[in-house]
Parts: sequence; structure tokens; C-alpha cells
Amino acid sequence: MGKKKKIKKVEIRSFNPTVNFIFNVVIGLFALSCLLPFIFVISISLTSETSLAELGYRFWPKEFSFSAYTYIFGGNMSQKIIQAFGVTIFVTVFGTFVNATMTSLYAYTISRSNFPFRRFFTIFALVTMLFTPGMVATYIVVSNFLNLKDTIWALILPLALGPFNILVMRTFFIKTVPDSIIESARIDGATEMMIFMKIVLPLAVPGIATISLFAALGYWNDWFNALLYIQKDSLVPIQYLLMRIQNNLDYLAQNAGMGSQIQGGLAALPSESARMAIVVISTLPIALTYPFFQRYFVGGLTIGGVKE
Amino acid sequence: MNKKKKKGFWHNVWTYKALILMALPGFVWFIFFFYIPVLANVVAFKNFKITPNGFLNSLFTSDWVGFDNFKFLFASNDAWLITRNTILYNIVFLALNLFFAIAFAIIMSELRNKRLVKVYHTMSLLPYFLSWVVIGYFVYAFLSPDKGIINQWIASSGGTPINWYTNPTWWPLIFVILNVWKSLGYNSIIYYASVMGIDPTYYEAAMIDGANKWQQIKHVTIPQIIPMMTVLLILNIGGIFRADFGMFYNIPRNSGALYQVTAVLDTYIYNGLTATGDLGMTAAAGLYQSAVGACLLLIANMFARKLDPNSALF
Repeated sequence: MGKKKKIKKVEIRSFNPTVNFIFNVVIGLFALSCLLPFIFVISISLTSETSLAELGYRFWPKEFSFSAYTYIFGGNMSQKIIQAFGVTIFVTVFGTFVNATMTSLYAYTISRSNFPFRRFFTIFALVTMLFTPGMVATYIVVSNFLNLKDTIWALILPLALGPFNILVMRTFFIKTVPDSIIESARIDGATEMMIFMKIVLPLAVPGIATISLFAALGYWNDWFNALLYIQKDSLVPIQYLLMRIQNNLDYLAQNAGMGSQIQGGLAALPSESARMAIVVISTLPIALTYPFFQRYFVGGLTIGGVKE
Repeated sequence: MNKKKKKGFWHNVWTYKALILMALPGFVWFIFFFYIPVLANVVAFKNFKITPNGFLNSLFTSDWVGFDNFKFLFASNDAWLITRNTILYNIVFLALNLFFAIAFAIIMSELRNKRLVKVYHTMSLLPYFLSWVVIGYFVYAFLSPDKGIINQWIASSGGTPINWYTNPTWWPLIFVILNVWKSLGYNSIIYYASVMGIDPTYYEAAMIDGANKWQQIKHVTIPQIIPMMTVLLILNIGGIFRADFGMFYNIPRNSGALYQVTAVLDTYIYNGLTATGDLGMTAAAGLYQSAVGACLLLIANMFARKLDPNSALF
């Protein structure tokens, strides 16, 4: 009897074998299409410059070459490239720390059911989901009022907080930290800060991992704030460096009539394979780590979807 | 009553000073990066000129012009083009994303090998984690006029290669494909979680009643995920006036020849901010975008609440 029931349960939510096979092919092809461009770009970065010029981009290099990677670490732009990676890494690490700290502190206060200003602080944060100040107004405030233009803060502060992360964290605190624990700690004489540091934070580690992941991705992939606020070479993050290389190439291509100047300009920029190699190196940290963090990511998404 | 409440307020502030201090950094951030910028939208009603004496000085010394900036904006041919492009693209994105995300989620929930489903999820999430700058380079590897793989295929099958970055014909399709490709993994995971959460006894009951797979999906799965669909739809409708700046700016490589099909509200505002320097009119375009977006969100929410009070956002 028990065995029979089990078989039935397996059957309930699954296609018959033929349909199952067809849909596996369809979904599998889509999933492959998500990896393919990245593999393509890796193989271009490993192709020699001469065979690129001769045959164009190929999925399988005719002539392998590591020159693109030696160029990154020893060519005429290597200092700029390494500096850009340095900026990105610093902004990602420090920014994620700032974001996670501010988010958990703020979210904790609005998760406490006995906090009388809870409603005020909740609405104060959630209004930002309804309306956006807009690019122009934000730009004017950040560059002319806060004077953050061409400082590292222009890359950190605009992404340092967000209502979505606050919601995720608040829901997480409500779910994992029961009021009774906090109450008993207070009776034992713990201050609010001690309760937060010693009791609440250790319980909330998975939640903090989730929001840190969101924040780190945001910082690593950010080019928008650099585009608006950064002109100084020493503060250019890697994503923006890729955009700048692109713009210079487009500029040179559009002014192709200028002869020798073009040759000089092209020589100063990374070659085809070297550009793709920068793309690969800037993508690799994400591609290699996200499968391990995916659990937290999906967890955060489903928590974020929970309503009031 | 009033007096008692007031005394209570300061008493509360003192009692909960530690919690208030904890919320303070976030509070200050919201003021500087949300509330002050929202107020700074008044430049849309001014002939705004930046003076060397700082933001407040330039704000107070520039003249009020009422709705002139908006009049100029809507008198230009661009206003219609960018509004149309933004809305049309977003409606198509919204519809296709909804359809594919739900279809993929339901299909994956019925696949037999759940370990394979996990692999599919991981693979299809990759594009979501990449920036549009990086994807711009990916696209170039396919569309490059002289070296791109697509023109190689066209040439080898005897056709004439297309100069993708100057020919607007295919771009609407390219944007649609890229948008769905980038977000499908993410969207389908959200729906997958919700589909897998449906009580299996519903399916048992449906099977006993003789429902086939399609009838089960139609009468059990879809009705069960409608609340979630409504919430996400409301959020997306609020964003229908907000174009994906990253995609429209990075993928076509700023090609002037593609302007008709790549100009959307956000690229227009960015160009206004950096190239034309007419801050007043650009701010007007931004305010137009935010205000209409907020109204759409409120209206969509109102409809959602009429249909089903449980699926409204607020």
C-alpha cells in the first residue's frame, strides 16, 4: 500500500517520458545559450591576433595565444587595467560592508514590534520604491551639493542603501529573531547595542549573506555612477574602463580618415583579444562564485517577495 | 489627549534612543540620496544655471519659468518618439517575460530530473549577474560587421553581410531577445519557487477527477500563482516608463544611425545631462518620467486591489 502511494506521488507532477525529453531539450538549449557567449569570448581572448584578423571571431581558435593575458599584466596599459581592478575590488569590499551595516541596522529597528517609530521609519524607506528622484536631480545633488564628483565616495555612497535590501533583512529578522529572546536579554540587563551585536547578528548571518551578495553584485557591475561622476583616471573601475576603451575605439572608427593619428591611437588601445581578455577577467569572479552563493540569492528573492 | 501624545513622543525618543541611533545612518542616507534629490526636481520649473557658489546659490539665483521647460519638451519631436519607444519596448518586454517566465517555471516544475533542473537554473542565471557593459562586448562578438560570427554565417551561406551598427531594422528584435535572455533565468526562478509551493493534494484531486496535464496546469497551477503574478505585474507596470538605460546605452554602442530605434526616455535624459547641458528641460523630462511612473503604479495597485485585495501591494 505504502509503496503504491509513493509511485503515484512521483507521477503526479511530471511529464510523460516523450514530453519530458522534448522539454529537456528546449530548456537545455536555452540554458546553454546563457553560457555560450561567455565561452565564445573566452575563446576569442585566447586566439592569436593574426588569426583574428584573418578569420574573424571563431568558437574554436585556429591559433592559440596567451598574448592577450600577458598584455594585461605587462603591456602599455597594464598599470591602468590593474588600477581599475583595484578600484573595483576596493569599492566592492568596502561598499558591501557599508551597505550590509546600514541595511541591517535600519532593518533591525523596523523589525522590532515594540519600537514606537517603526511605522514612521518603514514608510520613510518604502516611499523610495514608489518614486524615483531621477537622473538629473540626483546628479545635481551628488555633484554640486554633496561635492562627491571625482571622489571614491561617488562610487560607494549612491549604492550604499536600498529599500529592497531593507525589506529582505526586516523580514529575515522578524522570522528568525523572536521577540521573547530580545525581551529576556533586556531583563538580564543587556543594552540595545549588545542585544544587536551578541544575539541578533549571529542569528541573522544567512540574511546578511544574502544582502551582501546583492550589494557586492551591484558594486562589482556598477559603471553608471562612474559614467556620471568619475573623470579621474585613477578612480576608474573596471566596467567603466571597458566602456572607455569602447568609446575610444568607436571614436577612432568614426574618424577613420585621419591616417597616421589613427595608427597611433589604435596602438595605444588594447587589441581585440586583449579587450576580450579584460571582459573575461572582469566576469570570471562572478561566474566562478555565483553557483555557490545562488542558494542565498534565491532565498533573498523569495523573502523579498513576501508582503507586509 | 494631544498633550499626552506629545509628552509620550519625547518620552519615546528618550526610551528608544539606541534604536533611533541605529536607524540614523540609513535615515540620513535617505535624506541625502532620496529626499533632497526629490526636492531638487524643482529645477524642472527653473531656468537652471550652475553658479560657482554651490548648489543652493545656483538654485536660488536661477529664475522660475513655470511649465516652460515642459512646453519645450513636448513641443519637440523627440518627446513623442522617446515616449513611444519606451512604452512599446517595455510592454513587449513585460508580456514576453511574463509568458516565458511562467512557461519555463511550469515546465521545470514538471520535469522528472530535479537535479537537471538545478543545473538549468544555475546556467540560466549567469546573464542576470553580468553587466550590460560586458554583454555589450558579447553582442559585439556576434554582430561585429567584419569579424562577427553572424556575418560569417551570412557570408558562408552566400548572403550579403549586414552592417548591424548602422542598420536599424533588426534592433527592436535584438533588444527584445537580449532583455528576455538576461532576465528569464531570474524571473523563472521566482515563479518556480511559487509553483513548487503549491499543495500537491490539489493535483491529486485533479488527477482523480481525470484532469490531464494541460487541464491541471490550466485549472490548478495558473490560478495558484495569480496573486504572485499580480504583485510582480504591478511593480513592472510602475516601471513601464523607466527604460533599461544600461541596455539602450551600452549595446548599440552609441550609434547615431540607430537613434530612431534606440532613443528612450533614459538615454534622452542622459544625453541632455551630458551633451546639451539644458538641465531645466532634462529635469523636466525626468520629472515627467517619475510622475507618470508613480501614477501608473498607484493605478495598477488600485486595480489589483479591486480584483483581489490580497494581491495588492499596499
